[in-house]
Amino acid sequence: MSQNVDAIVVGGGIHGCSTTLHLCLAGLKPVLIEKDYAGRHASGVNAGGVRQLARHIPEIPLSIRSMGIWEKINDLLDDDCSFESYGQVLVAENEEELAVCRARVAELNALGFTHEELIDAAELRRLVPAVAETCPGGVVSRRDGAANPAQTTTAFRRKAQQLGATVREGVAATNIRYSGGLWHVDVGSESFAAPVLVNAAGAWAGKIASDLGEPVPVETVAPMLMITSRVPHFIDPVVILRGRKLSFKQFKNGTVLIGGGHLATPYQDRNETVLDWKSLATSAQTVFELFPVMRSATIVRAWAGIEAKMKDDIPVFGPSSRHKGLYHQFGFSLHGFQLGPGAGAVMAELIVNGGTQTRVSDLGIDRFHPSTL
Amino acid sequence: MTVAPKREDYDVVVIGAGPAGLAAAATSAEAGLSTLLLDENIGPGGQVFRAISSTPVTDRNQLGADYWVGADLVQALRASNAEVIHRATVWSLDRNLDIAVSIGGASAFVKAKRVILATGALERPFPIPGWTLPGVMTAGAAQTMLKSSALVPDGRTVIAGQGPLLWLLAAQILRLGGRIDRILDTTERGNYFAALPHAFAFLTSPYFAKGLSMMREVKAKVQVVSGVTELAASGDGQLAGVSYVAGGKRDTIPADLLLLHQGVVPNVNLAMSAGIEHRWDDLQLCWSPVLDASCGSSVAGIAIAGDGAGIGGANAAVVRGRIAARAAVEALAPAAAAKLAPMATLRSDLAKAERGRLFLDTLFRPAPQFRIPSGDTIVCRCEEVTAKDVLDSVAIGATGPNQLKAYRRTGMGPCQGRLCGLTVTELMAQARGKTPQEIGYYRLRAPVKPITLAELAAVPKSEADVKAVVRG
Repeated sequence: MSQNVDAIVVGGGIHGCSTTLHLCLAGLKPVLIEKDYAGRHASGVNAGGVRQLARHIPEIPLSIRSMGIWEKINDLLDDDCSFESYGQVLVAENEEELAVCRARVAELNALGFTHEELIDAAELRRLVPAVAETCPGGVVSRRDGAANPAQTTTAFRRKAQQLGATVREGVAATNIRYSGGLWHVDVGSESFAAPVLVNAAGAWAGKIASDLGEPVPVETVAPMLMITSRVPHFIDPVVILRGRKLSFKQFKNGTVLIGGGHLATPYQDRNETVLDWKSLATSAQTVFELFPVMRSATIVRAWAGIEAKMKDDIPVFGPSSRHKGLYHQFGFSLHGFQLGPGAGAVMAELIVNGGTQTRVSDLGIDRFHPSTL
Repeated sequence: MTVAPKREDYDVVVIGAGPAGLAAAATSAEAGLSTLLLDENIGPGGQVFRAISSTPVTDRNQLGADYWVGADLVQALRASNAEVIHRATVWSLDRNLDIAVSIGGASAFVKAKRVILATGALERPFPIPGWTLPGVMTAGAAQTMLKSSALVPDGRTVIAGQGPLLWLLAAQILRLGGRIDRILDTTERGNYFAALPHAFAFLTSPYFAKGLSMMREVKAKVQVVSGVTELAASGDGQLAGVSYVAGGKRDTIPADLLLLHQGVVPNVNLAMSAGIEHRWDDLQLCWSPVLDASCGSSVAGIAIAGDGAGIGGANAAVVRGRIAARAAVEALAPAAAAKLAPMATLRSDLAKAERGRLFLDTLFRPAPQFRIPSGDTIVCRCEEVTAKDVLDSVAIGATGPNQLKAYRRTGMGPCQGRLCGLTVTELMAQARGKTPQEIGYYRLRAPVKPITLAELAAVPKSEADVKAVVRG
């Protein structure tokens, strides 16, 4: 016997949790199904960057929408998520890179986006005093920042539950089917039915889409991160490089997170990743060169989170092109964390109102499958 | 002098040069397999035979005959062709049997066809009020100083806890002229009855006579208070006193040094970080790897010998080391296995070495109040998280040790849970009415011991990454 709910959300990452919460805020009774626990994979173990900077143009409107929510995250969740906003800085290591930055900012300005700002060497030095002397400038997005990803994802799940969402953790959603005008999903010995199904299953979402006749070019990846012991405070903003794979963030407690997208080998079926230390060594070398202050810091832990990466690096977001009541929200391609709060709000609007003021039309699955609805 | 591994690939890499590792490496090398033994200490021996080649304690009676058994193991290893590197800290091992090791500040990568983990044991956390005060240390740390440097306490010293090692340490301190003011024995009275059914095996084991005479030797010189049910260290920034309850009576004694010990547990960090399956052992109250009869783990090619496989003591460790090495030889050079002791003989040696274990495990099973703290007692030293903090997090939704990280950062400091992991698991299990097995443990990740950024930056990079950098 199926339990009838208003919506079934598959996947307890930040996206599934955020959509569940926003559905509750809209007065619906959703169920959230997570095979492990909320934030177990990429959403809980990513770098925590809250970044509008250097995004693909099609997702900038969603990112800006999300930023507004981040800035009031405590009002929404009763949890500050350790969000802090000291900006994010993209560093150009030479004049060629700076020229690319200049062109990018001009392009954004022409489109009416003003969050990215070109900076010269002096401003770069003011924002990031520890950076190597040779860097000629870069780009800053001043409202950007960082949050604690596990804390944030957990807070979304907790708030959704407080507002009436049913949460099932530790059991996978199986036997997803559409019959009698409803989506049916089995969860262990239970079964749920709803007119709406949201596929927010991260690295496992591509399979769900494909099983429902909407295959997309997606792969499973596991970007690596490492964290250092505490070092004296020396940097506020998050730093990313224009030319090399590196992101860099010092937390309040002094520890420094080093990322940048080098990949581990994912073993998705076992929830496991095997780290590639030779690639991490490349990140270490980059930090060594740019931030001499970090040379004697120790690396205390490294890890990788399993997530979905689209071939075009742009998420799949919006209604299915084949099935009524099915919505996709996956494939955030290593940059989905900041989008989570906004994407949940917009998804709830799409579900409840049938439309949204936020421009997301370039993110639809119809870029792979022309709509048959 | 820094010695890097001579090759990039070995048949067998043994990690840890305690009893199990020494025996495993010697066996494997004698059978003709290319064998590398990596060990963190400055010389062979592990903890039980620490400084066996260098100790300044030359009177054999002071450290006891069991200690000097280690010298034979070292001799057998030296007579073999095994390549041995000390001060070598293995900081990563994965299911592809890729090993990263730091030697003298430089890291190297080696690959093995078989890995034998012999990473031994750690002292169980003893989270009582005040256990983080300067002046409170583990008995194991005191024993390290004693064996390596012949240093013994001379201030007002209290030893508290239970277990065979506690009595051994007390005897060693006294023989070397050290001072012990009082021993507070926390063995639960009920344990004596629980252990009784297993006493026969113990009486016929080698532990019995030695254990008994050691306790007699110590009790002749030191006041021993048994049946201690509560224990706390106090002092303002430095240990000043130890208070305890025994037989319903509270007493406080001034102390400069408190040595705590309530047994040892497998050192699982490297094994867990390699993805090896572990289970909660409800008798030994710790995580033990799931192993087959040849010490093979759930990850193909990795075996675990010694106390890292479940606490069994030095004699069992030696035999397990030989079993694991023999299994490697059978797999890689079957013809050479004929030269080694047959597996059946080794397994019966193991059964003999493990006799009496059940009795010891039952008798010295630590009491709940010394494993599961409450209130303001620190659980996680790295992040200064108290028992109350953990319980508060459980109340608002933390379901296990990994979820707890999102609330309290427990286990995320440099010790990677070595000092808090068991406490957190048991505390959360109790609070949530679950078994430790259901609650689980931290997911552990490399580096299992910290390495400097400079050291990591200096390792050779993969070709693909060099290209990626050039391409930008």
